[in-house]
Amino acid sequence: MDLSLIIMQLLSGIALGAVLVITALGLTIVFGMLGVVNFAHGALFMIGAYAGLYLASLTGSFWWGLLLAPILIGGFGMLIEYVLIRRLYGRSIDDPLLLTFGLSYILVEGVRIVFGSDGIPFPTPPQLIGVLDLGIGFFPRYRLFVIALVAVVLLVLWLTLEKTRIGLIVRAGARDPTIMQVLGVDIGRVWLAIFGLGVGLAALGGVLAGPMRSVNPEMGSLVLAEAFVVTVIGGLGSIVGAVVAGLMVGISISLVALFAPEMATIVMFALMAVVLLIRPQGLFGIRGRTA
Amino acid sequence: MTSPSSGEAVAKPSSSGLGRLLDQRVLLSIAVLAVLPWLLPSQALAVNVLIYGVVVMGYNLLFGYTGLLSFGQAAFFGAGAYFTGIAIGRYGVPWFAAVPIAVLLSTGLAAAIGIVSTRTRGIYFSMVTLALAQLVYYVALQASSFTGGENGLRGFTVDRISLLGFPVNFLDPVNKYYVLMAFAALAMWFQSRILNSPFGAVIEAIRENEQRARACGYDVERSKLIVFMLSGAISSLGGCMLALHLSIVPLDILHYQTSGMIVMMVLLGGARSFFGPFVGAAAFLILEDVISVWTPHWQLFVGAIFVLFVLFLPKGIWGTLLDTLGVGKARP
Repeated sequence: MDLSLIIMQLLSGIALGAVLVITALGLTIVFGMLGVVNFAHGALFMIGAYAGLYLASLTGSFWWGLLLAPILIGGFGMLIEYVLIRRLYGRSIDDPLLLTFGLSYILVEGVRIVFGSDGIPFPTPPQLIGVLDLGIGFFPRYRLFVIALVAVVLLVLWLTLEKTRIGLIVRAGARDPTIMQVLGVDIGRVWLAIFGLGVGLAALGGVLAGPMRSVNPEMGSLVLAEAFVVTVIGGLGSIVGAVVAGLMVGISISLVALFAPEMATIVMFALMAVVLLIRPQGLFGIRGRTA
Repeated sequence: MTSPSSGEAVAKPSSSGLGRLLDQRVLLSIAVLAVLPWLLPSQALAVNVLIYGVVVMGYNLLFGYTGLLSFGQAAFFGAGAYFTGIAIGRYGVPWFAAVPIAVLLSTGLAAAIGIVSTRTRGIYFSMVTLALAQLVYYVALQASSFTGGENGLRGFTVDRISLLGFPVNFLDPVNKYYVLMAFAALAMWFQSRILNSPFGAVIEAIRENEQRARACGYDVERSKLIVFMLSGAISSLGGCMLALHLSIVPLDILHYQTSGMIVMMVLLGGARSFFGPFVGAAAFLILEDVISVWTPHWQLFVGAIFVLFVLFLPKGIWGTLLDTLGVGKARP
């Protein structure tokens, strides 16, 4: 086993982790602001992949699918917040969770009705087919693109949250929504936008994952468990936590797959159990809120 | 209203005649289950209501009475079924010994998952239980030499059993139903005992106000772990019943969709009531049965009905009925 192979596997892990980061980020931002865990997040990831595939074949270009699917599904997410989740604020924290779980049933079955139960291949965009010589080995171009795009999205998100007025309102709203209302901010609209953003990120994760996995109605259930593991390790509500934990999980899966393939699906859960025993609130979580 | 200082608040006998009758919740429940095969359109449906009723009842101890929303109950349901099947098929253990062995092993699994998950609270608990139950699913998928992997566990058919020296044909659905009902009755008696005990009052105190229960001197963490194990034990008994009934254990039993189904059943019926889980299991299975006759996409309708219940009828069918009638302090 030589070093270059391990480095290549590490890169694969980062590409895998990048999709996890984007997906978990959507979950964690929504929780940080609204205190809601969206159990339909995996289903919306799956719908994002289908929407990307459909829009790409409609417009003849992967890039339109990549751009439009998150916006469209994000808008659908806002509709979900407005019609359903809004009614549950002030009730038990379990209620939104239960509602979105029921919703995921509807979404998965809806996709089965429209697109059928079988998996559909998601073609890699022609510009990104093939591999790139990195000097120590060959790496799929598409995966490099995924890593780069996620890095850009993270940078934009971070700048928006830290450097703009909108980011200021969002951060303040997460700490004390009542004071924000007193100050004249329509917190309902902020929540609506944040929920849309979270769902949009899930859809983006779905489109990006499409060419790396096969697209089928059940793909969301594994993704939901993965996103949960990442947010639990990182600390629910923490953006830095989601990034660190996402990469950590992606890399662990890739490296373990190299040495013991049958353990690859199990390793992330073991990682989560260890983190919980040492730090129940997750690596970057705030104690008292969740543990 | 629950008083953590004594057990009497939970099971105080009601003064009205109807209330007193309803306080005999175990006997009444057994009576209803005894006639169930003649109330429902098919025997197969009745057996499933019995099995899922026990699984959901065990889950209700955790969710309804302690207020812990777990999304991982399938792990114990599945563990009960797998351990029963492996004990009978692989090690030749007689069926009546396989069941207690399986329940014991499943309770051990519940202890392991409980130690990790009960350290967390609120939404975190739901996510962690889901993830750890998925871990169990993937372990069962990989350990195919023991579990049969994706094909499920086969080869442990129990066709003939001996009750007090009398041979009983276990393939006959009526015989099977009443043998399994004996297990269900045992589980109901056990659950009722737990709820009537001082410990039953403690878990309800934790649900109502965790900090106050802690301030009263109760060890909240230990109580949560114990209730997690008890709940897992009862649900695993349902798994044992399923294994005896089907003679195969499908891998899907461990998937989180099964956990979700258990959550749906308890909510449809009514969490925090004794007989609610059986009503919920019956409602879900009848819905599935009826809708799948005219469309394969029954999950669409079940999901929509569940969403409507969360929005407008959070106490479920049985819970709402009990509230409307205003009977039974013990919430039968």
